[in-house]
Amino acid sequence: MTQLPQSTERKMGLVIDLDTCVGCHACVISCKGWNTENYGAPLSDQDAYGSNPSGTFLNRVHSYEVQPDQGPAQLIHFPKSCLHCEDAPCVTVCPTGASYKRVEDGIVLVNESDCIGCGLCAWSCPYGAREMDMAEGVMKKCTLCVDRIYNENLPEVDRVPSCVRTCPAGARHFGDLGDPESDVSKLVAEREGMDLMPEMGTKPVNKYLPPRPKDQVEDQIDILAPLLAPVAEEPKGFIGWLDKALEKL
Amino acid sequence: MHPAPSVIIFTTLSGLGFGLLFFLGLGMPDVTGWVAFVFFVIAYGLSVGGLMASTFHLGHPERAWKAFTQWRSSWLSREGWCAVIALTVMGLYAIGAVFLGQKWSVLGVIGSVFSLATVFTTSMIYTQLKTIPRWNMKLTPALFLSFGLAGGALLAGQTRLAVPLLLIAATIQALYWWQGDKAFAKSGTNLGTATGLGSRGEVRAFEPPHTGTNYLLREFVHVVGRKHAEKLRIISFLLAFFVPVVLLFLPFNHFFALIAVVSHLAGVAVSRWLFFAQAEHVVGLYYGKR
Amino acid sequence: MRKVGSQSLRGALLNQPVIDTSPKVSDEVRKTTCYMCACRCGINVHMKDGKVAYIEGNRDHPVNKGVLCAKGSAGIMQVNAPSRLRKPLRRVGPRGSGEFREIEWDEAISTAVGWLNELHETAPQKLAFFTGRDQSQSFTSFWAQHFGTPNYAAHGGFCSVNMAAGGIYTMGGAFWEFGQPDWEHTKLFLLFGVAEDHDSNPIKMGIGKIKVRGARVIGVNPIRSGYNAVADDWVGITPGTDGLFILSLIHVLMKAGKIDLDYLARYTNAPVLVNAAEGPEKGLFLRDADGKPLVVDRVTGEPTAFDKPGVRPDLSATYDKDGVTHRPVFHLMAEKYLSDDHAPENVAERCGIPAKRIRAIAAEIARVAFDEAIELDQEWTDFRGETHSKMTGRPVSFHAMRGISAHANGFQTCRALHVLQILLGTIEVPGGFRFKPPYPKPVEAHPTPHGDRRPGRPLEGPHLGFPRGPEDLLLDENGNAQRIDKAFTWENPMSAHGLMHMVISNAAAGDPYKIDTLFMYMANMSWNSSMNTKGVMEMLSAKTEDGKYVIPKIIYSDAYSSEMVAYADLILPDTTYLERHDCISLLDRPICEADAAADAIRWPVVAPDRDVRGFQSVLIELANRMSLPGFTNEDGTPKWKDYADYIVTHQRKPGIGPLAGFRGENGDKEGRGAVNPDQLNRYIENGGFYVAHIPEGADYYKPWNTAYQDWAVGMGLYDSPQPYLFQLYSEPMRKFQLAAEGHGDKQPPDHLRQRLKDTMDPLPIWYETDQQGNEGFTVNALTQRPMAMYHSWGTQNAWLRQLHGRNPLYVPTKLMREHGLQDGDWAKVSSPHGEITVPVMEMAALNENTVWTWNAIGKRKGAWALQQDAPEATKGFLLNHLIHELLPPKGDGMRWANSDPVTGQAAWFDLKVKIEKAAPPEDAESQPEFSPIKSPVGTGPKDLAWKVGK
Repeated sequence: MTQLPQSTERKMGLVIDLDTCVGCHACVISCKGWNTENYGAPLSDQDAYGSNPSGTFLNRVHSYEVQPDQGPAQLIHFPKSCLHCEDAPCVTVCPTGASYKRVEDGIVLVNESDCIGCGLCAWSCPYGAREMDMAEGVMKKCTLCVDRIYNENLPEVDRVPSCVRTCPAGARHFGDLGDPESDVSKLVAEREGMDLMPEMGTKPVNKYLPPRPKDQVEDQIDILAPLLAPVAEEPKGFIGWLDKALEKL
Repeated sequence: MHPAPSVIIFTTLSGLGFGLLFFLGLGMPDVTGWVAFVFFVIAYGLSVGGLMASTFHLGHPERAWKAFTQWRSSWLSREGWCAVIALTVMGLYAIGAVFLGQKWSVLGVIGSVFSLATVFTTSMIYTQLKTIPRWNMKLTPALFLSFGLAGGALLAGQTRLAVPLLLIAATIQALYWWQGDKAFAKSGTNLGTATGLGSRGEVRAFEPPHTGTNYLLREFVHVVGRKHAEKLRIISFLLAFFVPVVLLFLPFNHFFALIAVVSHLAGVAVSRWLFFAQAEHVVGLYYGKR
Repeated sequence: MRKVGSQSLRGALLNQPVIDTSPKVSDEVRKTTCYMCACRCGINVHMKDGKVAYIEGNRDHPVNKGVLCAKGSAGIMQVNAPSRLRKPLRRVGPRGSGEFREIEWDEAISTAVGWLNELHETAPQKLAFFTGRDQSQSFTSFWAQHFGTPNYAAHGGFCSVNMAAGGIYTMGGAFWEFGQPDWEHTKLFLLFGVAEDHDSNPIKMGIGKIKVRGARVIGVNPIRSGYNAVADDWVGITPGTDGLFILSLIHVLMKAGKIDLDYLARYTNAPVLVNAAEGPEKGLFLRDADGKPLVVDRVTGEPTAFDKPGVRPDLSATYDKDGVTHRPVFHLMAEKYLSDDHAPENVAERCGIPAKRIRAIAAEIARVAFDEAIELDQEWTDFRGETHSKMTGRPVSFHAMRGISAHANGFQTCRALHVLQILLGTIEVPGGFRFKPPYPKPVEAHPTPHGDRRPGRPLEGPHLGFPRGPEDLLLDENGNAQRIDKAFTWENPMSAHGLMHMVISNAAAGDPYKIDTLFMYMANMSWNSSMNTKGVMEMLSAKTEDGKYVIPKIIYSDAYSSEMVAYADLILPDTTYLERHDCISLLDRPICEADAAADAIRWPVVAPDRDVRGFQSVLIELANRMSLPGFTNEDGTPKWKDYADYIVTHQRKPGIGPLAGFRGENGDKEGRGAVNPDQLNRYIENGGFYVAHIPEGADYYKPWNTAYQDWAVGMGLYDSPQPYLFQLYSEPMRKFQLAAEGHGDKQPPDHLRQRLKDTMDPLPIWYETDQQGNEGFTVNALTQRPMAMYHSWGTQNAWLRQLHGRNPLYVPTKLMREHGLQDGDWAKVSSPHGEITVPVMEMAALNENTVWTWNAIGKRKGAWALQQDAPEATKGFLLNHLIHELLPPKGDGMRWANSDPVTGQAAWFDLKVKIEKAAPPEDAESQPEFSPIKSPVGTGPKDLAWKVGK
């Protein structure tokens, strides 16, 4: 099973909007909650109330500062989970076939009962998407909530990954990136969605929408300046203007 | 990368063990009976011991047999197959040599090929990883193979072969370090490509996602001081190559031979520690670390 | 492709594992209200085997519409936190030690009654009852009112009273969660200061929504984190100068005539006539015999009541009467704000914003407000009887919270911001800022403060209110404060939320008087909820010469083992939020939206597994045992058996109770209606909340819209329509100023006269907040709360504490270089009051003269069931140690409060510090350190692998 399918019927994945993510970690904890209770072993925590707490998370939010040539530094919140790569190295390195990419939807999963916990898949992943669960000794990763998105016990509107459902700012989108007509594909086209580490050749399905240009209002001053043409230079003149302006009301 | 003792012991010992088996399979030295027995015990001790050590880092060693299923795509699976074939074939060969005084040379050659293939597949587990530029080089299999052959020759008492093989391995080691030190920069991967934000300006990691540590940081982020690494490289080089070569030039003496082997083993172990500890995984970029 | 379940045939052929993609999600979903912060989102609690399995947002809920933040999703770790208190406790060791013995509830209740009953009957003011993160203030204040103590408030005084009072005095409503930008229509959103902690999910949703439309966000904040990180433009302002920046925007906009004259004339007091003659009437409004402010009618030229049908108020005309000139407010504004003092060039340096940028922002505001104005085809009728065919929208919206209010000039800054909104005509219009019921509500519709002491009898009205002038101050015949926190005195006349941050220090000092019992709820005063934390710990454990505690008795209720627990004598353990009844009431701080009134409940979705009781039910039991008036029927029997009973059957006024939905015997009435015994069940069936939509056409222009006013009366929000004018000019403030000038019989003490004259300006002003004694302390120091944590609560949560387990001091690049600092180095940070030694981290997207840290990550060893070497206790730290509740002495023999002189709001964002590189402390722990508390609940388990279902 560790051979990648030639193609998948759909390419389900996430589109993450870096222009909108406020870094609230809602997706991180929602994911932890759902995936602790659902698919496979719970996401465990070690030293949970002690000096070095550390647990398994399938989604983490980083933050980066970008210093452009001109203007102030920018801060960008950066959620990261499995990108469900088309050419997923984590699948082909797996010696047992526990790691596989589903032909139906392209979701990369770990069949925990086959996982020997060798860690090689995590080594092969450039994105840090896989974490070994210390209690269970098996590799955990984002399942794209495969137990939600088709779940007939959930209302249709809720058949999306828990991170997408919970994201307050709406910075996470879910859909078929293999279908150019899907909402997510259109969003990627419109906003010039990008791949992370394209040079790795992994062909990630998940895309990131770059932040829009920032700190440009000052550059507009020449266009905006006429709006600020004074109607008067001092209070008396202003009241004169006021009388005239009131006439027109 | 975290220099886990299990993988360092594994690659060091099994490299030497399969290197020795390679020479034994070719009838070098040409031994039978008790002498052969001792050689095979050493070879199997090293290779099997190494393989056992490698299972210590598994989350579920009891499922390790499942690793034989994916030989079509997985180097780790192929390594398993090669090792099992090499050990089985060489086992039959050893029975012949030790107990029957027979030299089944076809079996020996097959065993030798698979022994070397085992070392090669091991090296490919690391070489294939684009995520670790220092490993993702043609020199990595060259390094493992040259070490296996040099160590094997040394253990097999093939003095005349051992000296040139050690010199070759030393050269490859030096080249590996020289090229490895530039590999990350050459890979073109940096925080800019990792985040896709590089075109906007200089990217700097700010707050990590969690204030504590995690599996990724423990497994992939290990910082070795430059000076410390330089010292270890010199130590490794001296122990693995210089001392054995000097000793081999001295008149033969069992004690010197033992020292040469132990020194080489220690040197390889230090080299392997550096192999892991200095290997930088690109995921560290996301954490502002290398 | 044929499917095998969700597996395709190809998948099956490829031997893909067969997985269950439709597992059962839960046995049952129970819908209640979150309490992981003050946002009050609706949650679906998924239950398995009677246990909480998973929490998600409720899609039908008006607040969060399905989304949920990190805290909300982590609720499962809170409800099961090892830090939960288990049983009532009686202190056995000294205060602060954490040594307790467990007692039964009978003993706990009798002990409390024993202490309180005597006070109720003899000296009720000797009880100080203050609540922290209390979401039942209409009930707790009702209890305190009937106990008879004047000493009640919640934590608004150190939270954001400036924002609340500034809003209510200016426009009859405030930001907080009491209003919201019109996310559907706004095209430009300006956010001032840190605002991540109230209405947080709605704001995140709103920002997301407007970004989809391509609307722009401007963030004004020294720190570019959170919402400011996604702002299209970031203004990294110098802390405390927001008011100056806003007044400069006002200057530029007025000068360019980019203001909404029609709006100002119709809906604000800009045209109201002000007495210009020197004397006791100066600055007061000209009023008619009914007390109605007068405007000049442009039609008749005569002074006319502002609300007379058909009147067209004149913004410009003056009026002379009996030789006295009366000038419209707008004249005074023109004089004040057109002054060059407010020109961008003259404020740029102080604000740290280039003049060009100020002008560009002003122009962008003007462009969007006027060139991109929108019109909704919606007819409406105003309070003067005029029908408008359209609703004009100026799609610029604003929001602010404590970032601008936690300064000593915060009240005036908040007012300045509202004045800017009003000048643009962007309040209660499409695309602007919209109130949520019960707002809009003018000051006149709010109570005045009450604080008389009447043993055995209730106060005559609620404690907290909005003074209209000196006559409403709570002073006794000698001019001394009636309240322990000195709220509503000349020191801070408009302290509408009380001054919780002064209670302990005043009680310890016996100033204005000694108290007997301090009773607190959910307020971590011995740690992160106090300025001068170490001092507060000492005050709480200070003893008199005879060895008795200066504050003789302390009762504390909390659900968790917080730092404050150790300082109390009697602990009443509360339930967690999933184990209790609560109401989020229209009488209090409801969950309304701009187009709907809404309220909600909590109900016990799980039963407590410990011997704990909901605090409000305990208060009812205490009241019943003391037969408090208000809680007792005429025949002496108790009115309510517990809080749930109160929620359903209490009536504030006939037909109006804590919950507005499902009233009436059949549950078919909303707003007003008879008690419905089945009300809570109806709420539960409805998802834990009730929504009453504002009719179309009534949903904008609410303060003046007849349709809204009539609807609000029907809902019981008002007893009669309350149309009003926005108060650009605040007459109550002018009254205090007049007193300071020597007019009237209520006179301030002399030492406060000048300050009152300076700060009680009826038109918004800006003044420097740099404090006495700050020489050499030049760096601004701020705190904010991370979005994934809420005060100290998050720390005990195994999932959340991994996100924020320690806090560095974030230092701007320039200061890092200046001091030779690198990430992970330590710095000594000192203020005139104290010093701390803490780890630093560089941040580039930060005002270059500001340092900051996350609030309340640092913990005391032994608290919150954490192990003593937890990073919160070793590396985490509080900035609170650097802030004093009093300003340094300035040689006049007095210690002035570190508060806004208008409202008493704690001015903790005025902190100035000095930083120096320091050697790492010997034990590599942040300094200062405190001795460990003995944990009354032990510590949490080592590992967790939480899965409820099998």
